Amino acid sequence: MPAVVQLDDIHKTYSSGEVEVRAVRGISLAMHKGEFIAIMGASGSGKSTLMNLLGCLDRPTHGRYLLDGIDVSNLDSNELADIRNQKLGFVFQGFNLLSRTTARENVELPTLYSKHRRSAREMRDRALRCLDIVGLANRADHFPSQLSGGQQQRVAIARALVNEPQILLADEPTGNLDSKTSAEVMGVFQQLNNEGITIVMVTHELDIAHYCKRNLIIRDGRLVSDVQVATRNVAEVEIRKLQEAEAEAKLTD
Amino acid sequence: MRIGSTVTVALRALKRNKLRSILTSLGIIIGVGAVIVVFSIGNGAKSIVEAQIAALGQNIVLVNSGSFNQGGARSGGFGAGTLTPDDAAAIVREITNVAAISPEVRSNSQILANGLNWQTQILGESGDYLNIRMWPLSEGSMFTEQDVRTVGKVCIIGQTVVKQLFPDESPVGKVLRIKNQPFKVLGVLSAKGLSVQGSDQDDLVIIPYTSSMKRISKQTMLRTINVQASGPDILTSVQNDIIGILRERHHTTPQSDDFTVQNQVEITQARTATTETMTWLLSAIALVSLVVGGIGIMNIMLVSVTERTREIGIRLAIGAHGRDVLLQFLIESVVLSLMGGTLGILGGIGTSEVISYYKNWPTLLSPVAIVVAVGFSAAVGIFFGFYPARKAAQLDPIEALRFE
Repeated sequence: MPAVVQLDDIHKTYSSGEVEVRAVRGISLAMHKGEFIAIMGASGSGKSTLMNLLGCLDRPTHGRYLLDGIDVSNLDSNELADIRNQKLGFVFQGFNLLSRTTARENVELPTLYSKHRRSAREMRDRALRCLDIVGLANRADHFPSQLSGGQQQRVAIARALVNEPQILLADEPTGNLDSKTSAEVMGVFQQLNNEGITIVMVTHELDIAHYCKRNLIIRDGRLVSDVQVATRNVAEVEIRKLQEAEAEAKLTD
Repeated sequence: MRIGSTVTVALRALKRNKLRSILTSLGIIIGVGAVIVVFSIGNGAKSIVEAQIAALGQNIVLVNSGSFNQGGARSGGFGAGTLTPDDAAAIVREITNVAAISPEVRSNSQILANGLNWQTQILGESGDYLNIRMWPLSEGSMFTEQDVRTVGKVCIIGQTVVKQLFPDESPVGKVLRIKNQPFKVLGVLSAKGLSVQGSDQDDLVIIPYTSSMKRISKQTMLRTINVQASGPDILTSVQNDIIGILRERHHTTPQSDDFTVQNQVEITQARTATTETMTWLLSAIALVSLVVGGIGIMNIMLVSVTERTREIGIRLAIGAHGRDVLLQFLIESVVLSLMGGTLGILGGIGTSEVISYYKNWPTLLSPVAIVVAVGFSAAVGIFFGFYPARKAAQLDPIEALRFE
């Protein structure tokens, strides 16, 4: 089976003034359909740069990146935009929903920029279906400010799904959430992954990484560890544990 | 991305900031409104001038007593006082193509009737005056040449005088007193309204010029001689003949003329030129306001781009092309300026109506002004919106997403 993502000796060097920053120094790896990967590393390790490269928000200085069989290393910015729109779904740490725009309209946003012309009704139906997948069908007309952090992140996941991407890219998706909500969001990811969606996420929390199937560790711009997770966290179990702990805390208070 | 959805996105963004959108448009609203008002008033003025010139009569040559400079004593127009009734007689006698003539004397006087009094203008004219000016009577009849020869105590009066002195009755056949002398009212003039300069053209009494000179103003000289040529083609020749006769009689040269002779064409040009100059001058000021309004839009659009950097980042990240973002912001600024344009047109029309209602000044809505105003405000939107929009479109999605 061909890899969804194939990186061959990818380098990324920023030159800000006289100082050259070699953020990524030769990473080669393959990601296959149905994988659920966590990329970990300390801040400054180059994991964010790698994520931007994977997300086609940036071009490698050197090396080859095949996404779904297409070489995207040398596409221009409009072609990259179309790739992002069609093949990738983004989930950010800060949710990045448009404020004063309803959940449904936020989810519709990628379809607006899609090359495939769809009717307003079609876009609406798709958005509602995606909201249903993340369990927020009844919140379609709510504004982000009326939703909790976890709900906002689920809206963001629905938005990432709306164009049926090859990969879901999540950059610290639980960074702004408490542990219980984090577990809920990870539950959504696990459910999506079980349905066959490829997910790549960046995190610096080990327990979050343990919800994934494969863990990569980046240090100084190089891949230093690539292991399958032996004992995965399962979201339902973790949520139940957290609930029990909570209840206990209340009893002892 | 379709234009339709871009427009929707832009409109939605504007709706979120209603107050700001309206304030931003204010410059354009005022600019466009001012353009509309100025053009309406200008057109109205032009129509008044045209009506007034038509009211002068047809084929008119005006002989005015001019400025003079004798022995160092100088005076402006109408100051010389050298035109005499004999000059008028000579013009009639020696020029064949004169159809009618009316020597004119003006003075002001207090007049009385019915125990009421009123200060008004006393115009001394010949019996032909109303024909020359094509000014019909609403009632009664004009005095005749007989009355002029006999220095008759007869008059015709304007509507304002009727209102002031004969509020409840027909004045025809009644007597009013000018400088304590009784004058019989023979007729009432039809209403004319305000002149371009805003003076009341109906506030006057017309008496034979001989009566004015001998009984009322005691002037010996004429202010003006109204001459009507018998056709439009001979206006210039009549004008030149008059100049010849008067130079001979007054012993003057072109440098020392103590009179001026204008024909109707010249008068028309002079008067319309003034109102047109004023219209363009005021429009230029209004256009400045449009430009200032445009800069206001640019300012707010720049703020908006900075404020929405993150939003732009999100849009770019999920697949918007630079062009989509450019278009979105461009449409926003064009909508702002067109909205301002529309409100400005409505405001301008409203203001014109109010002016014409309260100031009794006809305003004529100019379709050209509306088209120009709309076109200009759209152009302002595109011109001043382009730079902020391009700035937004060129943002780097990674930087934009990181923007706090």
